Amino acid sequence: MGGSNYEKFKSDGTLAGGLLEWVDARFPLTANWKAHLSEYYAPKNFNFWYFFGSLALLVLVLQIVTGIFLTMHYKPDASLNASGVPVAFAAVEYIMRDVPWGWVIRYMHSTGASAFFIVVYLHMFRGMIYGSYRKPRELIWVFGVLIFLCLMGEAFFGYLLPWGQMSYWGAQVIVNLFSAIPLIGPDLSVWIRGDYVVGDATLNRFFAFHVIAVPLVLVGLVAAHILALHEVGSNNPDGVEIKKKKDEKGIPLDGIPFHPYYTVKDIVGTVVFLMVFVIIMFFMPEGGGYFLEYNNFIPADPLVTPPHIAPVWYFTPYYSLLRAVTYPLLGIDAKFWGVVAMGAGVVIFFFLPWLDRSPSKSIRYRGPIFKWLLAIWVVCFFILGYLGVLPPSPGRIIVAQLCSVYYFMFFLTMPIWSKLDKCQPEPDRVTFK
Amino acid sequence: MKKLFLALLCAPLLAFASGAELHLDKAPNLSGDQAALQRGAKVFVNYCLNCHSASYMRYNRLTELGLTEAQIRDNLMFTAPKVGELMRIAMRRDDAKGWFGAAPPDLTVIARARSSEFGSGADWLYTYLRGFYRDETRPTGWNNVVFANVGMPHVLWELQGEQAMGADHKLKLAKPGKMKPAEYDDTVADLVAFLQWMAEPMAAQRKSMGWLVLLALSVLLVFAYALKREYWKDIH
Repeated sequence: MGGSNYEKFKSDGTLAGGLLEWVDARFPLTANWKAHLSEYYAPKNFNFWYFFGSLALLVLVLQIVTGIFLTMHYKPDASLNASGVPVAFAAVEYIMRDVPWGWVIRYMHSTGASAFFIVVYLHMFRGMIYGSYRKPRELIWVFGVLIFLCLMGEAFFGYLLPWGQMSYWGAQVIVNLFSAIPLIGPDLSVWIRGDYVVGDATLNRFFAFHVIAVPLVLVGLVAAHILALHEVGSNNPDGVEIKKKKDEKGIPLDGIPFHPYYTVKDIVGTVVFLMVFVIIMFFMPEGGGYFLEYNNFIPADPLVTPPHIAPVWYFTPYYSLLRAVTYPLLGIDAKFWGVVAMGAGVVIFFFLPWLDRSPSKSIRYRGPIFKWLLAIWVVCFFILGYLGVLPPSPGRIIVAQLCSVYYFMFFLTMPIWSKLDKCQPEPDRVTFK
Repeated sequence: MKKLFLALLCAPLLAFASGAELHLDKAPNLSGDQAALQRGAKVFVNYCLNCHSASYMRYNRLTELGLTEAQIRDNLMFTAPKVGELMRIAMRRDDAKGWFGAAPPDLTVIARARSSEFGSGADWLYTYLRGFYRDETRPTGWNNVVFANVGMPHVLWELQGEQAMGADHKLKLAKPGKMKPAEYDDTVADLVAFLQWMAEPMAAQRKSMGWLVLLALSVLLVFAYALKREYWKDIH
């Protein structure tokens, strides 16, 4: 290799002319362009559900770029200013009012947070209905669940920064959960906060996690997710492996180069997505109190607990799982088992590739058992999400418990029912109209 | 299958009718009425800005309501020396806490903070400012229909007069004030409109900009779709 490269330096291009050759002799630019775009063959039958991967990437970039500009004006400082308002809270209003176009950047970032979860939930659901997690794509799925976990951390840390009442008490509630862990709990929660209550130390460390630590991991995981995808190739709505049928040049018969075909298609998806995004951002940035919670326009006050603390909408299904556990077990507080349930609710996704024993991947060829059980699971997920924004009542807790049990049973019994289901045979080639 | 699915999705939701209701009067929408907003600003600086700050708001932003800097300086500024300054107050928070039990909150974004599932923040403020009544059990002598045991006395009582809570839980005007009830309601509506404007002064701009961006994206969509079709016509 070294020797042939040396020959290349002599013959291929100069800075003055043939720049691409000059670069290619030193960096695999064209090779990567081909491997990931112009000669990456994707199935030609992608449908609506296949927009959300590229949209998630778009929102990631949007959040990073707007985040950088917000960081230039935001101050993670819980001390009170001359008017008795926390500096961090006032900094957000300063961005909204005094920084030219600051409100655009801030609304993009706050709307982007919710958009990120909408897009990622739809992206994950796509994987579930078309069996995109099945062999050989288990690692893509595992990286994806890790991305989801990071995203939840990123959103949680970021939500403290505006330092409003919901920011403050939401963080207080979640960090307090760790105190339910036996033996180490109380010390652990103090260690996480850096104080006995959520305070300036907490705000500063959450800021550090939000702007650098988690985003670094997130970007790395996204790279791993895409590299793993391009190693094995994309699944498709038929769940057919396009690499099984290739032409004489070794190109899959049902594959088309990602660029230009899917780049031009994703531009359409991007524009439609941006239109929806713009409608929310410019006409209803508060999202009816779900994207920006009304209580969060009141500065954080450690002495005044709001009557009802609800997490932001994207956490509510998991918050419901947490609240559904009301019985102490093995002499340990119910709160601890609630935390375990909430964590398990996310962690269980990791095992999906090995829980599913169905002979076919895609919902198109799977039987009625899967369709029904999945439909009910989605309904349960929505109900859990809805209950998570409401204050608990005895009736609601019972509904949440039923939904929680179903949520887990869907996964835990999957090895049995996925085998029993009557599947239709998968076709040899993808269907494309 | 799809219909059944939808029915499944909706059925459990019926079980969750919400509990306590808060009845709010609808505030008139005066967001486009510059004269009303100017009158509201005047009421705000005269009656509110002594105890409450609006510390994210600069005086010279009132130029967006059609006032000149000279008009702002001459009519609306009592304590701040420069027109670019924030609407701060001289009262010390510790003193205020001693006098009222709680420091009066900053009012810049109060209209956003008071929004709820029962109505907009403007509705809440409109009901609140018209909902004070005499209650001798309170240290200030005042109570409120939407803010039970409120710390603030009825600052606008000279204008509205004194209301009393009847046995039927309805408010009655016991002692008339300087204004007729309809006049008072209009004044409160102006003030609320101003508070709502101040909570998000760029609200009007963001909507008009939204239409422009949507228009631009629609044009882009036409070209993006044409481009996609052109490329994909060879794929069979």
